[in-house]
Amino acid sequence: MEKHTERKRAGFGLLLAGLLVLAALTVLLAAGLGPVSVSPRNTARILLSRLPGIGEKIPVSWQALEENIIWGLRLPRVLLGMVVGASLSVCGVAMQALVRNDLADPFILGVSDGAAAFATLGILFGTFSFLGPYSLALSAFLGAAFTILLVYALARVNGRIHIAQMLLSGVAVSMIMGGITSIIKISAPNALGVHSAAFWMAGSLAGAKWAYLGLPLLVLLVCMAVLMLSSRSLNLLLMGEDTAGALGVNVRRMQKLLVLIASLMAGVTISVSGTISFVGLMTPHFTRLLVGGDHRRVLPVSALLGGILVVWVDVAARMLFAPEELPVGVLTAVIGGPVFIWMLKRKGGRK
Amino acid sequence: MKQESGYRLKVEGLSYAYGHADAVRDVSLKVKAGQFVGLIGPNGSGKSTVLKNIYRALQPKAGSIRLDGEDLFRMSYRKSARRMAVVGQENQVPFDFRVEEIVAMGRSPYKRFFDRDTAQDTALVHKALADMGLAEMAKRSYRELSGGEKQRVLIARALAQQSDLLVLDEPTNHLDIRCQLRIFDFIRSLDATVLAAIHDLNLAALYCDYLFVLKKGRVVLEGTPEEVLTPHNIQEVYGVNSTVEVHPATGRLNIVFLPAGHEKRKEKLP
Repeated sequence: MEKHTERKRAGFGLLLAGLLVLAALTVLLAAGLGPVSVSPRNTARILLSRLPGIGEKIPVSWQALEENIIWGLRLPRVLLGMVVGASLSVCGVAMQALVRNDLADPFILGVSDGAAAFATLGILFGTFSFLGPYSLALSAFLGAAFTILLVYALARVNGRIHIAQMLLSGVAVSMIMGGITSIIKISAPNALGVHSAAFWMAGSLAGAKWAYLGLPLLVLLVCMAVLMLSSRSLNLLLMGEDTAGALGVNVRRMQKLLVLIASLMAGVTISVSGTISFVGLMTPHFTRLLVGGDHRRVLPVSALLGGILVVWVDVAARMLFAPEELPVGVLTAVIGGPVFIWMLKRKGGRK
Repeated sequence: MKQESGYRLKVEGLSYAYGHADAVRDVSLKVKAGQFVGLIGPNGSGKSTVLKNIYRALQPKAGSIRLDGEDLFRMSYRKSARRMAVVGQENQVPFDFRVEEIVAMGRSPYKRFFDRDTAQDTALVHKALADMGLAEMAKRSYRELSGGEKQRVLIARALAQQSDLLVLDEPTNHLDIRCQLRIFDFIRSLDATVLAAIHDLNLAALYCDYLFVLKKGRVVLEGTPEEVLTPHNIQEVYGVNSTVEVHPATGRLNIVFLPAGHEKRKEKLP
């Protein structure tokens, strides 16, 4: 028996190592792909040349233009894609544990529209400018938190999350928030703001800068650590609130923590990349097919898978109709919508 | 463990309301160490509600609950979970877990953050699985099990929790008669303290030392099965005629329910 658990763990370690290698390869390859393509060898050299210590020893075999493109444009974009994808997936996992349903996703529940409404208010009217340089991220966070709490409250029927109620409340809240966003845009004092708000809401990684990376990465690492530490409680929450309580989880506190974490991740992610939908739904689902429901395995695997997925969809978004570029959120919606319908059908069939 | 006057669990003046309608009013009950206590009553009489207040799924409107003499509501959830294991009616898990993973969750009140499952945990989990006749199903997906198998998994989880106070909400509801007897026999053999809501009066008579009878959210009767399960009381509480006698094989009460018009039908028999 002991041997069996050992083997299972080794298998999981192997999977995790494989995904890490895949993620590294993804960064290398994806950074080279685009209208101006750079060979993976040169990409790797450009990256290495930036490392302190060994950087000087790398012979310069590339053009300055290539370095500018890789270092200045693509790398921040690819890394931001990784962080955003990982955050969205982990956020999805957290929300699914909160509402105990694998159809939950920050965007299906209207969280993105809530964040967008608050953020638009901030961009156009400077409503949240007193919050300083992070006003956009913070206003998106407030919008996300507000929406999650609203949908969560509406979806509870007799103290339980009701799935149909949840999806419908998500739709209703997202429409209200979308409407509010439109009103804000129409009454906006400046046209430039409207343009930047619209561009940002379409869900794009274009225009990523190194400076955008810090906060989302920090939030991802902190939230991930907290969730990993609570993975037992997350597993228990999936068994139902009553059971979780009877097995030693302070359910109310855990739910508050999850609302906070999900809003933080959704808000911060949306503030840098807009609406990239369905990632938080698809990745956890496929992760669970791969490693089962235990959060100790689901969290790291879905983070890596989500990052890899978003980076490649973003590559497709900039290659498919080159030189025109699609917002990555448009592509994830086109791919994710059918996957969601498939999941819904499958779930219906099982009952 | 300090046991005030031998009572593991003491509920006093418990009231709970869903919305405005009182579901449970002024319920008091006590469970002595080692006792097998049954909670019986018609559908909607508040059995589950009382239990849910005891296992902290609901917060009472009024009243006090003491576990081993301590105020239950001041205890951490971890602490109460180490003392009291619960098998509720919630048995749907919308996510994919293996049977052994679910049973291993019974060990979580003893775990902090990154604590891994130890060899002792694994041994307890396997023992619980074997006790419930689930040893071969350890690696199977919980979702694919039948209702009865699921219920046995949840009881195994409560066993792995290793607390000697079991709170059971109609634990054998979905099971066939063989499983029902097997599980009750097993629980009886544990020498644990048990508080169980039981639907079937004959099962209650077979296994319980003491009964509390709920009707419309109030305790209307309490006592040993012999004191409580009389034809008169059963008529009062359930509105059903019955005959009750001590069964020669079990030495326990056996209740036969008499359908309306049974005498007429009897006459028609050849």
